[in-house]
Amino acid sequence: MAAKLKYDAVKVGDEIPKFVVEGVTRPDFVRYAGASGDFVPLHYDQTFVEAAGIPTVFAQGMFTAGLLSKALTDWAGIGNVRQFKVRFATRVWPGDTVTCTGKVTNKLEKDGEKLVEGELIVLNQKGEAAIRGSFRAAAG
Amino acid sequence: MADKSIVGRTGKPFKMPIEWSKVREFARAIKDPSPLYFDPELAKKELGGIPVPVTFLQTSAFWTDESSSPGFGGFDLRRILHGEQEFEFFKPIFVGDVLTGVTKVADVYEKEGGRGGKMTFLVTETEYTNQRGEKVAVSRSTLIETGQAVKAN
Repeated sequence: MAAKLKYDAVKVGDEIPKFVVEGVTRPDFVRYAGASGDFVPLHYDQTFVEAAGIPTVFAQGMFTAGLLSKALTDWAGIGNVRQFKVRFATRVWPGDTVTCTGKVTNKLEKDGEKLVEGELIVLNQKGEAAIRGSFRAAAG
Repeated sequence: MADKSIVGRTGKPFKMPIEWSKVREFARAIKDPSPLYFDPELAKKELGGIPVPVTFLQTSAFWTDESSSPGFGGFDLRRILHGEQEFEFFKPIFVGDVLTGVTKVADVYEKEGGRGGKMTFLVTETEYTNQRGEKVAVSRSTLIETGQAVKAN
């Protein structure tokens, strides 16, 4: 299938359209635990987190990373991501609104494939970065 | 405590069938309603098969056990945070594929923690090949063991 991004049209500085999730919920964390197989209790067991001195359950880093990856594939097209990297910064709590976006930092050709590289970020409602990351995607 | 002797250790290969039901469930969990995950005819026409979400290989958790772990030495898994995660893709992955994964310890190192105490970093890499023996993906995880219990940020 032809890549969604047009290499000649993409410019350094282009922004990935924002994917906003208003108010992540505890059921979101539970659904992600079941879907992913990550059953670390910090993300769904209130009794457990309180015993550990944490006020409430919080999101799996990879749940938020999943939302970010959806922003990326909405823009670059599913099947065109060649590299996706995330670093976890601040926690995401129930009720947080997260904004997933990114921007293009480079265009290159590698092994005969046209590629676009860029940065990724997830911000919470306070403007704090929950995740910082990077990507490489194929362009046509 | 950074036990560098575990670097290079590998676990036993594990099999991971890529199943449509799990792909749909995962797509819903990350709030992605793309018809390419839900409509097999459309997916076949556009991509040649039903694709997987970018972070779907996290579901290897359902296919691994102690034998597929390389063994982490003295790491205290109760004090582990997920620091970084990376995926690289070399060939498409489709529902119906059966992947084989092998996990190795790629690196172990220490740093001073911002909240006091030592932080030990454990980097593992899992290489995935498909049923045709083609390398399809590499997943790289950095876990951080903190020197003390982590307080809320």
